[in-house]
Amino acid sequence: MNPDRRQLLRWGAAAAAGAALAPGFRLIELAQARSPQEAASRLQRWGLLIDITKCGECDACVTACGEENGWTGHGRAETDPQWIRTVHLRDRRTGYAQTLPLMCQHCEHPPCVDVCPTGASFKRADGIVLVDKHTCIGCRYCVMACPYGARSFVHEAVSGQKPDVPRGKGTVESCTLCVHRVDRGETPACVEACNRDGGGAMAFGDLNDASSTIHRRLVNEPSSQIRADLALNTGVRYQGL
Amino acid sequence: MRAVAAILAAVLTAAAHADAPRFKIERGEACVLPTAEMRRDHMKVLLRQRDLTMHQGIREPRFSLKNCVDCHASRATGSVLGKDGFCSSCHTYAAVSIDCFECHSPQRRAQAAAKP
Repeated sequence: MNPDRRQLLRWGAAAAAGAALAPGFRLIELAQARSPQEAASRLQRWGLLIDITKCGECDACVTACGEENGWTGHGRAETDPQWIRTVHLRDRRTGYAQTLPLMCQHCEHPPCVDVCPTGASFKRADGIVLVDKHTCIGCRYCVMACPYGARSFVHEAVSGQKPDVPRGKGTVESCTLCVHRVDRGETPACVEACNRDGGGAMAFGDLNDASSTIHRRLVNEPSSQIRADLALNTGVRYQGL
Repeated sequence: MRAVAAILAAVLTAAAHADAPRFKIERGEACVLPTAEMRRDHMKVLLRQRDLTMHQGIREPRFSLKNCVDCHASRATGSVLGKDGFCSSCHTYAAVSIDCFECHSPQRRAQAAAKP
């Protein structure tokens, strides 16, 4: 069974489970902020939908990510950490230019997890791909394996970390989909900033929840994955690419 | 002989406590577990909570490192590290290095947020 078919079946199952038995009564509550005692659930799969036709010449998402997660550059592009970046595309023949934000795509089949020798790179039950820095040995296999260039190695000593986002030299890091905010029932910092200061291009939600806006849009509107040929089934989808 | 032993014992006890770590507990009369248990097993409790939070997203505040820091950070410096810091004073005395704060913030949350 190919990954797309499997995903479709999973959405179908989630939709069936979420179907109302009676008004206001559900078999399984799907989109709800978890209590702090509750583990992340396989019923959910967090993802982003980015409409790049609305994405202009701003870097609200990148700035917001840096502020939220406490990563900053030292003016050394070769070694500075970067969790999200803006990518400029240009059609050589027509000159048509596009800008899009690129970060960890939170794949269903993440190559970074496959290659990690210590199990530090892992996928949480709700589809968020993370690095457990307690077991990361800094080998950077995952940096090489990621087709999106989404991971960074922390080359320099870090101080003044955010209490919610521990970071340290000698480990690999990448977009966490603002997992600390998601666990509180909030949206990632980039999405919040894009809808406040940017073009409103980014949407966050549960791809499995049939009643969510992001699910409805993915069902009814065209969207694409970057490097769909790799069949990684990314959690971050794009429109207008 | 018995008197000599008693004096020796008294001297040794005094010596053992002379440079014992001094720290303030700062906030709260009761910790999340009885003091004796925390002294012996705090690292086990933290390690278990670490894996639960990291891998399953269980963020119960009771045993979280942030919760420890929030109560025990010094009122003066806002940190659990430093000369008389709650964590560092004992760990320096016992010569056990702590790696937690290589990555985690040693500052109380309100103070960490106020910093740029």
